Amino acid sequence: MRSVQNQGNGAIKKKMNGYVGFSNFPNQEHRRSIKRGFNFTLMVVGESGLGKSTLINTLFESKVYPTKDTDASEVPAVRSGVEITSVSADIQENGVRLRLSVVDTPGFGDSINNDEAWRPILENIESRFDAYLAQENRVNRSKIVDNRVNAVLYFIRPSGHGLRAIDIEFMKHLHTRVNLIPVIARSDTLAGREVETFKARIMADINYHGIQIFKPVSDQFDDPETVADNKAIASKVPFAVVGSEKLVERADGTKVRGRRYPWGVIEVENEAHNDFVSLRQMLLRTHMEELRDATDVGLYEAYRTQKLLALGHVQDNAVFREFNPRQQLEEEERLHGAKMGKLEAEMAAVFRQKVQEKEGKLKQSEEELHSRHQQMKAVLEKQRMELEDKRARVGNSQPPNTSMDAAAAAVLAHAGEPVQRMPSKDKKKRGFF
Amino acid sequence: MSAPANDSQDYVGFDTITQQMERKFLKRGFNFNVILVGESGMGKSTLVNSIFSSHLVDSQGRRTAQEVIRKTTEISPVTQTLEENGVRVRLTIIDTPGFGDQCNNEGCWVPVIKYIKDQHAAYLERELKPQRDRVINDTRVHACLYFLNPGSRGLRPLDVEVLKRLTEVTNVIPVIAKSDSMTVEERTAFKRRIKEELVFHRIAVYPYPSEEDCDEDRALNSSIRDLVPFAVVGSEEIIDVNGTPVRGRRHGWGVINIFDETHSDFVHLRNFMLRTHLSDLIEVTSQRHYEQFRTSQLRQIKELRAQQAAAAASGGIMGSMPQQVPPQVPAVHQPMA
Repeated sequence: MRSVQNQGNGAIKKKMNGYVGFSNFPNQEHRRSIKRGFNFTLMVVGESGLGKSTLINTLFESKVYPTKDTDASEVPAVRSGVEITSVSADIQENGVRLRLSVVDTPGFGDSINNDEAWRPILENIESRFDAYLAQENRVNRSKIVDNRVNAVLYFIRPSGHGLRAIDIEFMKHLHTRVNLIPVIARSDTLAGREVETFKARIMADINYHGIQIFKPVSDQFDDPETVADNKAIASKVPFAVVGSEKLVERADGTKVRGRRYPWGVIEVENEAHNDFVSLRQMLLRTHMEELRDATDVGLYEAYRTQKLLALGHVQDNAVFREFNPRQQLEEEERLHGAKMGKLEAEMAAVFRQKVQEKEGKLKQSEEELHSRHQQMKAVLEKQRMELEDKRARVGNSQPPNTSMDAAAAAVLAHAGEPVQRMPSKDKKKRGFF
Repeated sequence: MSAPANDSQDYVGFDTITQQMERKFLKRGFNFNVILVGESGMGKSTLVNSIFSSHLVDSQGRRTAQEVIRKTTEISPVTQTLEENGVRVRLTIIDTPGFGDQCNNEGCWVPVIKYIKDQHAAYLERELKPQRDRVINDTRVHACLYFLNPGSRGLRPLDVEVLKRLTEVTNVIPVIAKSDSMTVEERTAFKRRIKEELVFHRIAVYPYPSEEDCDEDRALNSSIRDLVPFAVVGSEEIIDVNGTPVRGRRHGWGVINIFDETHSDFVHLRNFMLRTHLSDLIEVTSQRHYEQFRTSQLRQIKELRAQQAAAAASGGIMGSMPQQVPPQVPAVHQPMA
């Protein structure tokens, strides 16, 4: 009997009657990955003397870096600026081959002016992204070499006070390009509660500045044990670590990696002494694939998008739409209707404009006429006054002069009436008023 | 203050001068000024509080994310009067929060050097006054504790720059305050490295070799010089170790007792600074650093006067002049790095 369930996303869940065998897929994938081998690139950043090389050697239990000779008698040349050096090693465990690359950044934070110390590092990371992008765009993509940085271990000085200016600057500039894993270096100088206080201050600083650091998160598919493990590891971030390549003898005679002090022996792999085990667990044993994935899917894609947009590529979303005839018809209709409406509106606008123009012109001529009328009136008035004057004078002294008088009399007769020259226009004017 | 034991008539008794001086000292008390130079989080405040066994200064480090990182070096002196067995000391601790904490630390030493020189200048001014105080309040910096970063391969560029300038104006004692992250071998190697670099850069730290020392002093000084830089651990906490109270730090793998000589050089540093070389520090400040400053200042004044005289002679202007020496002293001292 098959039971059919309709799930929300349209997929129908079916139960099977017998063993089919596709559950073997992860094993096949596993075998293929092993044959291919893995790549992992880790970058370490921190000022000199914080134990970066020692920690790397401790993590991978091999001399990835030669021990720095503290007995060297010559004074080293003053290093100016930050160098980027890379060391690669092929290591194997239980048939799994890992090509491990460690990128070191000597000189970071060692100068007096460290304003731009982060820049060469960011440029190096972005150039690796660029190299990968170029390979992806090649015609023949069968052999892509991935040397993108999967994680950055950032070493913090154990001051107890919080992050320093150089730490904040670095993290702010790089957290969108790499998986940032901050670690507290040489943490054997912090005692008991000081570690927690320091971690809290660091996290407060990180959150205050909006810095994204890598944290193991669980999703819905993880079993409760994994969820608990992830939570335990996440609670320890930033990891307070101590590294050592030397073996020391414990009280019961066993030899472990650690450091011997006059007041006691600190064991590297003792979880009560420091967080080395958690760091190793997260970095190598549980979250290595997640780091690689986050680099590929999250960080690299973000970089690629930014870069291509900056180069002027435009995202054409039309290619994503499905072809649906009815919808298309409706859309065409809509478009047509919109076009018609637009035309109509345009014509109405043109009509209105023309009317306005005409109105304007008429008004203008009306004003002109009005002013001319006033002018004429004024002239006539003046002439009348003159004539009145003359008449008065003439009346007093002589009999009226006939020719002069006829014209004057005619003018006088019409003096009181308004000018009747343009009767039609007048009417129109009144109409307009 | 006991009467001389020797009853013979030939006994003069001028050996009681030491007791007379002691009495005077007890009455007057004395000043001791120490400046702490080092980045935030190096353990400056804790160390000073440990040396003087009392909470004298508070750490000026950043505690919350909202506090802004200081953009310049501040100078914050704190003066307290301590008394021990009738002896009073006016102790001034000068902290320098903000030193070396920025990304760009160019010139972060300028306020420090300026402060030290200003104290010399103030003293000189009071000395040159026609009416001097009987006892000039001595604010000159007698010792500078310079804090090194443990684990770095020797001196950092910032250390070299600052130490060169500091050693010209005051007695510098280099210390590593948080030395509990170094094993004994690492400590020895680091000290050797630092000493080599100090010689290479020609940086003279205190104590200075001096011809006048007698054999005993010379031996003591050379043993002190061997220990430089002092690798110490400071603590204000008293922890319980099997019933005995111990000033130290408790780790998960052991307890550090700061007074234990195998654990740290704390005892040596404290004895050196307070029990054996305290008066020497004050004296050397007065005789060496202050005198150097004074000489250079007076020379500058003389040159200035000569220039002004020349200008007056050539320009025929009535120059303002010689009687103004005392107030001019601080003006001539330009705070240069």
